[in-house]
Amino acid sequence: MTLAERPVPRVAAPFAALQRTWDDRPGIPGMLESVDHKRIGTRYLVTAFAFLLIGGVEALLMRLQLAGPDAEVVGAQAYNELMTMHGTTMIFLFNTPVFAGFGNYVLPLQVGTRDMAFPRLNALSYWVYLSAGGLLYSSFLFGAVPDGGWFAYVPLSGNRAFSGGLGMDFWAVGIAFLGVSTTVGAINFLVTAIRMRTPGMTWPRVPVFVWGVVVMSLMIVFALPAITLAGLTLEADRNFGFNFFDAAAGGEPILYQHLFWIWGHPEVYLLFIPATGIVSTIIPVFCRRRLVGYPLVVASLVATGFISFGLWLHHMFATGVPALSADFFSVASALIAIPTGVQFFAWVSTIATAPVRPRLEPPMLFAVGFLVTFLIGGMTGIMVAMVPFDWAAHDSYFVVAHFHYVLFGGTVFPTFAGLHYWFPKMTGRMLDRRTAIVSFWLIFAGFHVTFFPQHILGLMGMPRRVYTYTEGYGTAFDVMNLISSVGAFVIAAGIALMTWNFLRSRRRGAEAPADPWGADTLEWSISSPAPAYNYAAFADVESHAPLWDWDEGRTRTAVAVVDDEDLTQPLGGHHRTIVTSALEADEVEVVTMPSPAAWPFALALASLVICIGIVASSWLIAGVGALGVTVAMVAWQQGIAER
Amino acid sequence: MSVTATVITLAILIWLVRGLTRRRRDITPRWSEQRLLIAGGVIMPLVVVTAVSVLAVGVIQASERTEPEMRIEVEGHQYWWEVTYADGQETANEIHIPAGVPVEMVLTSDDVNHSFWVPALGGKLDLIPGSTNEKVIEADEPGVYEGLCAEYCGIQHANMRFLIIAQPRDEFDAWLADQTRPAAAPEGVEARRGQQVFEQQACSGCHTVRGNRVADGEQGPDLTHVASRSTLAGLAIVNTEAGRRRWVAHPQIVKDGNEMPAVPLTPDELDAVLAYLDGLR
Repeated sequence: MTLAERPVPRVAAPFAALQRTWDDRPGIPGMLESVDHKRIGTRYLVTAFAFLLIGGVEALLMRLQLAGPDAEVVGAQAYNELMTMHGTTMIFLFNTPVFAGFGNYVLPLQVGTRDMAFPRLNALSYWVYLSAGGLLYSSFLFGAVPDGGWFAYVPLSGNRAFSGGLGMDFWAVGIAFLGVSTTVGAINFLVTAIRMRTPGMTWPRVPVFVWGVVVMSLMIVFALPAITLAGLTLEADRNFGFNFFDAAAGGEPILYQHLFWIWGHPEVYLLFIPATGIVSTIIPVFCRRRLVGYPLVVASLVATGFISFGLWLHHMFATGVPALSADFFSVASALIAIPTGVQFFAWVSTIATAPVRPRLEPPMLFAVGFLVTFLIGGMTGIMVAMVPFDWAAHDSYFVVAHFHYVLFGGTVFPTFAGLHYWFPKMTGRMLDRRTAIVSFWLIFAGFHVTFFPQHILGLMGMPRRVYTYTEGYGTAFDVMNLISSVGAFVIAAGIALMTWNFLRSRRRGAEAPADPWGADTLEWSISSPAPAYNYAAFADVESHAPLWDWDEGRTRTAVAVVDDEDLTQPLGGHHRTIVTSALEADEVEVVTMPSPAAWPFALALASLVICIGIVASSWLIAGVGALGVTVAMVAWQQGIAER
Repeated sequence: MSVTATVITLAILIWLVRGLTRRRRDITPRWSEQRLLIAGGVIMPLVVVTAVSVLAVGVIQASERTEPEMRIEVEGHQYWWEVTYADGQETANEIHIPAGVPVEMVLTSDDVNHSFWVPALGGKLDLIPGSTNEKVIEADEPGVYEGLCAEYCGIQHANMRFLIIAQPRDEFDAWLADQTRPAAAPEGVEARRGQQVFEQQACSGCHTVRGNRVADGEQGPDLTHVASRSTLAGLAIVNTEAGRRRWVAHPQIVKDGNEMPAVPLTPDELDAVLAYLDGLR
């Protein structure tokens, strides 16, 4: 291996020949074939955001039904469907994929490479996500909307006697199908982070957000099989006469809850971890201060990931677990306060010791909104981790309030922070600052008005998942429910304004410079929007904040020539990029990436047909799908073998 | 615990706001920021977590030690509670207990998961088909305590509530003795005709009236002493004459999706059945 390094300007000039090679064909063929991680990442973000809006409308309808006692706005059945789809949508179709979206868009840019390690697999992840989301929502067309809760506990959801119709079949098959997308995506992130880092980016120089995605992906690889298995066994019980969970036939209903939460607890932390990665990215930039305690923060991410696998039973304290198990899981759950505390104090210390007064630009506002909200959610988290308290709070509105503080506060605020932060890079346009600030305050105020009273309602004895409550619990009870409903509409107004800002600024916003925030990571060293090839030459980095190193006068160098091949020029029209060694990122090799192809799209579509066949109990449809899957897989290989 | 949580939350928030708004004349922090991180992020949570864990484990262990003086079987159904006492007395949705006595609820389910929760008397515990859970409750004072199902169990989960009726010991004993009797024979023409309708129609297929050879159904609540209860249908109905009428005539309107079908009765038959039920005291 021979490398030639050359100094590069802070912002690279466009390379026309590279751009032509890496750009997609125009029109619909190019759209279906695209393997560009930026395009796929943006699609993920847009689709997830659309699901956020749908799940939000479902929440509004629920809050209308609960605005007063004995209300009859939507009724029992529709409420239970909305409740099920709200949870399913927010966890599976918004929150998890939105971080796949950020990971897709940001991770390759931050590690300084040109695409994800497996570009076609990446396209497949997105198309499967879209198909599974479509499958779940097609249940509305057939009037068979899942109504067994987003957790689909058995026997209620596992037996047609208790949940007739196809609703829970859509759920079980959709969730298992979606697991393909999540798992494949996670493997792709891991390989990209391990082998595609720019020269010199040793692990202590990896940006915190990338660390977050790496830990998230590791967790997905180990946690996802449990939910896939839960979905498959549920469907086997419902549709194929198995008795995994039927107590009368020797099955064990509690087993399902274990399966669900062995995935479910790591799941909420694997949402939280990349979210903190976004916060750890944004706070230093707007404080102009390198993150305090970077090694401790990274260690905390890893520790949180590990501990999260030993906590699942705390969702089941009310099922009658032995006292010793309750003790163990209670203390383990509370221990999560330590790595989370480390992260929290790293952010607060970064703000407190910033050399400038922190700039409260929209991304920073959302990050601060996260700090405040998540702090409260963390405190109530310690409370519900304590078994005696949990016996009282479990399945009450206290828990609803708690997990909205940690999920909305802990992951949605960072999501909005990230959207405002990277919008200029994605679109080349700036968001309207004033609109963004107004939407932040609406969302922030609306959030607390909605969810704070729910703590008190829970302590007063209001259970979760009830479609109505009777008069007679007192004025305070009714008024707090009404306040909560009003708050929900304030959040909705804020999100509507934010959506409008995104749509309008995308076309009419001021043109964004390459680095509007004075940021420290590599993606801000290229034009906005990023060129199709990302980087013409591969930056040689010396810390996790390379742009600030350069600002401080270190020489900017980049690898442009490897083994006599000039990487700034395309070779034979192929997507060529470099891979580096796993630990030190120093041994460099040039590789040809798979070309754009529509086969991932075809494979996702054919898989969807199989799923439809299972839901419809039609072997014919499933068989046609299986045939399609075979064809698509063979054809997929052909495209790669040409190299 | 709430107070501690609030104090810590406020302290950190104040510090955060100071950090965000302070003018930077002197950026040298008084503490080195690494030490700050260790103190706030490691030591503080460790102290808090240790303290609350010790307290919590103490409570968990203590909860195992209460010795009950009495056992009551509670079986969950979509969407009502079947309550059985030691000598086979059976009632629904209203659990009478002696006040000041620890009583063990033996919990199981006939269909899906439910959860037994009386907010004023302690935490919740699930009812799971195929297994039993035991929960000891104790009401210090006589009174009526509302309970509810806390595990989502289907369309009418919201209307699966119950009452704990804690009575002085002698009152409770009298009530239990009363419940031991078989059903009173119908008095009057109307009530006797009501019994016939009850026996001939679907009613008797699902409901038991102890002492009546035809009415031995197991799916619905035992109606032997139904008129002595204050509520019906998982507290969806107040058990007055008007409430009963509404429930028997329109069960699917009162409680959409519950297991009780609307039995087609002529107005005369309805009056008769209600007269019969009114006598089941």
